[in-house]
Amino acid sequence: MDFELTKQQKLARHLSRDFAQQEREPRAQELDATMEFPREALKKMAGLGFMGISIPKEYGGAGLDTVSYTLIIEELARACASTAIIVAVHNSVCAYPIHLLGTEEQKQKYLIPLARGQKLGAFALTEPNAGSDPASMETTAELQGKHYILNGTKIFITSGSSADIVIVMASTDRARRGRGITSFIVEKGLKGFSVGKKEDKLGIRGSDTCELIFENCAVPVENVLGSPGEGLTSAFTTLDTGRIGVGAQALGVAQAALDESVRYSKERKQFGKPLANFQAIQWMIADMATEIAAARFLVHRAAWLKDQGRPFSTEGSMAKLYASEVAMRAALKAVQIHGGYGCMKDYKVERFLRDAKVIEIAHLCAIFSGFAKF
Amino acid sequence: MTKKKDLHIIVTIKQVPDTHEVRIDPKTNSLIREGVPSIVNPEDLNAVEAALQLREKHGGSITIITMGPPQAEDALAEALAMGADRAVLLTDRAFAGADTLVTAFTLSRVIRKLDAFQLIICGRQAIDGDTAQVGPQLAGFLNIPQVTYATKLARKDSILTAERSLEDTMETVQVKLPALVTVTGDINQPRNMSLYNIIDACSGSRITRWQAKDLDVPHDMLGLSSLRIAHLGEKNLHARAAEKGDDYPRQ
Repeated sequence: MDFELTKQQKLARHLSRDFAQQEREPRAQELDATMEFPREALKKMAGLGFMGISIPKEYGGAGLDTVSYTLIIEELARACASTAIIVAVHNSVCAYPIHLLGTEEQKQKYLIPLARGQKLGAFALTEPNAGSDPASMETTAELQGKHYILNGTKIFITSGSSADIVIVMASTDRARRGRGITSFIVEKGLKGFSVGKKEDKLGIRGSDTCELIFENCAVPVENVLGSPGEGLTSAFTTLDTGRIGVGAQALGVAQAALDESVRYSKERKQFGKPLANFQAIQWMIADMATEIAAARFLVHRAAWLKDQGRPFSTEGSMAKLYASEVAMRAALKAVQIHGGYGCMKDYKVERFLRDAKVIEIAHLCAIFSGFAKF
Repeated sequence: MTKKKDLHIIVTIKQVPDTHEVRIDPKTNSLIREGVPSIVNPEDLNAVEAALQLREKHGGSITIITMGPPQAEDALAEALAMGADRAVLLTDRAFAGADTLVTAFTLSRVIRKLDAFQLIICGRQAIDGDTAQVGPQLAGFLNIPQVTYATKLARKDSILTAERSLEDTMETVQVKLPALVTVTGDINQPRNMSLYNIIDACSGSRITRWQAKDLDVPHDMLGLSSLRIAHLGEKNLHARAAEKGDDYPRQ
């Protein structure tokens, strides 16, 4: 048994920590307040390989393993959860499925620009009546000659208005429910594909969350990703990977909550001594640190299993479930330690609490699917 | 293919304890080094960045050298992840305990073993020792001109123009290559490492590891063993070098 990170993994963590603390942390509060999409930052991150972390070099990526991926996402989330989520969604549920299932032609056309960060990716599964229950999806795709005609509405799509390439799930055979769903690679600008309402969210506000509308949108047959009817199976594989990333995001927010709590409790004095000298505060910080360490092991184990080519669906679900609940508890304690100041927007922990709640709810459907296997 | 105008640059770097993280033992008043993370000396990162900018403009290559314990390889990996081409790690118990003069001497012997260079760039000084001596001493051993405290560099053919930041004045000087410059933290903002470079930087294939025996220098002129001589005065070191028929140069 070996708990030591490899040299590559340590360097990936070091690199992303430096970048995130220098470039993203100072902007996180502003991003949260303005909901402005961090386009410039993403351009810079593209140049440094953040948009194709686990994509092989021949397709424009950095070729790193999944453990490195979790370390990078954790460090980004520790600085700015919105940035981390844009990067994670792009990598894990858009670029990765094309790498996994795409034809060589699709990889040349879509994966390379995604991995190089010239294009931004999104993934569209959720609908008003089909989120955690994707089999009851209402968006349809009807084969007409060389095109599938898409009709329907997707909601809560991360990077929905900013993405250039979206992987869209639609039913090609409603009678077959879950077995009649197909994935499509859909490009922005396609006739009949438009962006609807942009949501005003509780947290993760720098990442745009939108409605996507398909009205007789003709998608070429060659843009089917994987086999027709196997969309949901592939979505579950993709979401399994995505979930490890959500666990890593949760870890980042939890760690940031701990960092701020330690810093504040050393600085803030009451009754003539720093808060850190009070045992009630020490207990809270000890609990936070312990839970974060446990969550990190779960996230790293799931990532490691994936890197070994072994099944990781259950472990990934556990990692996401536990890490996101740890983030929520850590953020609550961090606000508690900050007292009245913790409720103010001038203090980062107020944002951490809102971000943690969104992370806890996100990917809920995946939890059901993961645990349905028990 | 190597073109005539290509600039082959050597950058020397040092792994140092992160002084932000160093605490003082209240009983002994000495630094607690255990558990203190190591970083690349900040001004050495400025040196790497200066080299990368020159390479972008003029072509050529960048070789990084460091001397230290085996884990100093992490510092080299960082410079490689920023974009340097190759690195040399000098690691051997025989090197341990070297002061600035012995370090500079050892580095000069390594540099002689490498391919021809046009420029050596060093950080001004290390945050753990603050001596600012190794760069100038290295130029002395290699018998090449030196420019210290540079805040701007420009190269045209075989001439390097440098702005120097002195206490209350700026000075612009020109020097003929090959030469050595030391740069301050004001010269640039070191770039971020790239994830694209990580696999290569960590594969070990870009790093050459040398021990004392690879340098063709008597062991008692390296590391702590030479310091018994050095502390008697530099003259003795030179005298001793002359005795051995070695060319320990005067500065």
